[in-house]
Amino acid sequence: MGSPERQKIMELVSQHVKGIMEECKLRARDHGLVFDDETLEYVVTNRDMIELSPKVMIPTLYDYWVHDVRVLSGKGMYEAYPSNPYETVINTRPAISFYNDNNPDWLNVMIFYHVLGHIDFFQNNLFYKNTWDIDLTGQALSDKRVIAQLRSEKGRWVDYAIEFARGVDNLVGYHKELNHTIQKDTRQAMTKTDFYFDIFLQVIKHVSHNTYLKEITRYNKANDGNEDFFEQILSRYPEFEELYRKQLMSQIPPALDVMEYITRHSSFLKEAENEWMKTVLQIVKNTSLYFQPQIRTKIMNEGWASYWHEYLFMRDDRICGHEIDYARVNAGVTSMPKVGLNPYALGMRLFEHIEHMEDRGCYSFEYRFLKDEVRKKGFDLNKGTGKEYILKVRENFNDFTFINTFIDQEFVSQHDLFVAGKRFNNERMSWQYYIKSKKAEDYKDMIIDTLYHPPQISVDPSGTRNGVLYLNHKFEGKPLKIDFIENTMIGIEFLWGGPVHLETSEVVRPGQPADSFANFWDPSSPAAVKKAPEPVKWKRMVYVMENRKIHKREL
Amino acid sequence: MITLDELLERDRRREEDGFKRKIRIGRIVRPGTGAKGKIIVVPTTVEEKFVHDEIAQDREPGEGEPTGGTGQGEQGDIIGEQPVRPDEDAQGEEGAGEGPGQGEGGEHEMEANAYELGKVLSQDFALPNLKDKGKKRTLARYVYDLTDKNKGVGQILDKKATLKKVVETNIILGNIPDVANIDPTTFIISPQDLIYRILSREKAFESQALVFFLRDYSGSMGGKVTQTVVSQHVMLYSWLLYQYDRQVETRFILHDTQAREVSDFYKYYSYKVAGGTKVFTAFKMVNDIVERENLARDYNIYVFHGTDGDDWDKNGKQTLEEIERMLGYVARIGISIVEHSYVGSNQTEVEKYLKSSGILNKHSSLIKLDVLGENAEDSRIIQGIKQLIS
Repeated sequence: MGSPERQKIMELVSQHVKGIMEECKLRARDHGLVFDDETLEYVVTNRDMIELSPKVMIPTLYDYWVHDVRVLSGKGMYEAYPSNPYETVINTRPAISFYNDNNPDWLNVMIFYHVLGHIDFFQNNLFYKNTWDIDLTGQALSDKRVIAQLRSEKGRWVDYAIEFARGVDNLVGYHKELNHTIQKDTRQAMTKTDFYFDIFLQVIKHVSHNTYLKEITRYNKANDGNEDFFEQILSRYPEFEELYRKQLMSQIPPALDVMEYITRHSSFLKEAENEWMKTVLQIVKNTSLYFQPQIRTKIMNEGWASYWHEYLFMRDDRICGHEIDYARVNAGVTSMPKVGLNPYALGMRLFEHIEHMEDRGCYSFEYRFLKDEVRKKGFDLNKGTGKEYILKVRENFNDFTFINTFIDQEFVSQHDLFVAGKRFNNERMSWQYYIKSKKAEDYKDMIIDTLYHPPQISVDPSGTRNGVLYLNHKFEGKPLKIDFIENTMIGIEFLWGGPVHLETSEVVRPGQPADSFANFWDPSSPAAVKKAPEPVKWKRMVYVMENRKIHKREL
Repeated sequence: MITLDELLERDRRREEDGFKRKIRIGRIVRPGTGAKGKIIVVPTTVEEKFVHDEIAQDREPGEGEPTGGTGQGEQGDIIGEQPVRPDEDAQGEEGAGEGPGQGEGGEHEMEANAYELGKVLSQDFALPNLKDKGKKRTLARYVYDLTDKNKGVGQILDKKATLKKVVETNIILGNIPDVANIDPTTFIISPQDLIYRILSREKAFESQALVFFLRDYSGSMGGKVTQTVVSQHVMLYSWLLYQYDRQVETRFILHDTQAREVSDFYKYYSYKVAGGTKVFTAFKMVNDIVERENLARDYNIYVFHGTDGDDWDKNGKQTLEEIERMLGYVARIGISIVEHSYVGSNQTEVEKYLKSSGILNKHSSLIKLDVLGENAEDSRIIQGIKQLIS
């Protein structure tokens, strides 16, 4: 069990309860869920949960004072608003889950199905691929010991290093690393044929359309007739082989993310007495990377687990006599709020919707071409492939693609969903909530806007010289949170050991809006026509951090 | 597990290391039954990173952030409403309507919270307890009001409450077969169902300490300076409330080139004006009030003044005169100068003339000065309170 602390707070569930879990596993597998045999279930108190949650429920995560602050405020919150979480699962091998020990058996059945839904999701969704071969609790424990050891030598400077590393731990190239792993399995060197048609003819030789088509015909013929297609090419373009070889050599390594760049190139970290900070950076980075898929699949993961606890429990005889209790608990978890978002509820309904649509064969051209509402409603190809389809969805999608692909007008209308606007009413001194839009596109945009999306900030090699680290924020329609820029940059400057520049976009504050004049040509039109809000203007700015002082200038 | 003190100590060391402090003291209000809220003090901190910010790109002014929703209705329908200041609407249960019942509840709640905060400040932040609470006797005053309810007899018939009671009785009697179609002429009315208001004696207050909060609200006091002054005054008030076991009265005075008294803390906090600054007017007003209402005899009087240190009266002649007068009766004068960050430190007029006059040393047990920057954190503000009340 590793550290003594862990033993102190954790106790496995009783054999009786474990029996319930094992029974649930059998039934869940029968319905298509896929997960490892071993799982660990621990009993914890609410207080333990509060102490664990700042450490993302990993009991062995390294110590850091911000976690302590969160625990203290968590305890205060609990005192003010006591709550009783049903379960928490962590993505470890074996999967660990935490429970209260005062649940009745029927409730445990429901909760275990929910947990198995999470475990299935962790172990099958491809965005988690990089977490599959790691023993997280073991790794975290060793990291924790390293940090503790460092702290005994370096004192509070370890905490500064952690703080500053965490300041950039959202710029860790999650997709790049994931891409790397997934491509490792499938990547092949570019074939000669691909190179010839895709690059050589089009990019290097700029041949005419006609020539290109002729070559394709010749290629097809050559394949049929077993003659060497490339013979003629080599005689016509003697340089071809050499260019192909160069192409294979020049696989450009992917650009380094900010954290990696600092670790490798910082003059400060290269100094012998600071080298230990690289270890801290690595630990913080690995921890962040581990949790990236979880942040990016919240709606799906919760929806998936809720879908399955509903599906499986309703078909389980252990529900008998507890139907009403279940209905109440379930409604508490999965009801759609009148105003607000509930990822459990939204995700669950969307999975149900997808299953239903696919069962009827609606993900087809045939259906999409229909314009007639009535025929759309009556459309049914009786495909019955919905279950397989959602299993694929849970494997290949993340929250963004899930929402972006599957929220359609049918879904929004069926569940009476809408975008709720909020506006201030001056006379009544109140906030009024109103139905802003019932269009699927608007609803989708609103949800997508709530998803995790760290800014794309990369090191600009051309600006990074003379000891300056030049960061470039790719503009995606949103500014950076200005309040956070200074302290984040102080941290980067510390780790980099020199001035840091950050290029980003800011809104140009419009001047005083002109009063609306009466329409000269048509005086009858009302003077105070509501003007459409002016489009926001943007400008590029550079923040400069030097000697812990910040200033900014326009580009 | 680390304690709050250790965290604050760590935060203090950050400054020595050349980094900004990061811990803020947050407050959670525990909702309780009735007006009994409880304040829980917790530390909070923010981990800064580069993150996207929301911009109100295509929103009209006064429009909040959109979210999701579910339910029937058409686009444009208003589906709910939330008052900006919930306290005011939350009442209105029994005996709704005008009268003293309303506002008081809210105030009491604020007081209950403040008492808890004062307790925390005294205990967790080791603010000193008052050594001498003064020899002034406790004052209890009573008012008579039609607040109590009585069945059967009384001074005024409470029609709404009576009607409710009558309906209740008739439902019990099975005399209302269809709630959608009530015929009041068939009601059976028992004399016991008549609810009256009766005149009753209410304890209005009991008080030992009287605190005058004085605040400069001139044009220069915008933004953070005012916030800092006000949060220090809230904490001072809380601490006194705890020390005097809730028996504290407050008066609020604002000044620019003239002083005016306002009735409650909300106004004290929120009023703004763009005038110049004459500090003495506020002190003079306190002196006049105390004299006119003969308050010095019955109360331990505290005067706290918050300013950015600006004064048209450069050498403070009039202010010092008024302060001298005040020193004759007060238990403590505490002056907080919150410096704008663009002004150098120790440069303000008020600070200069207070120091050069020697009054701070001569009456060091009665008058205290705290000078802080406008960006002061909560822990610094609390530090300042220690200074003002030590």
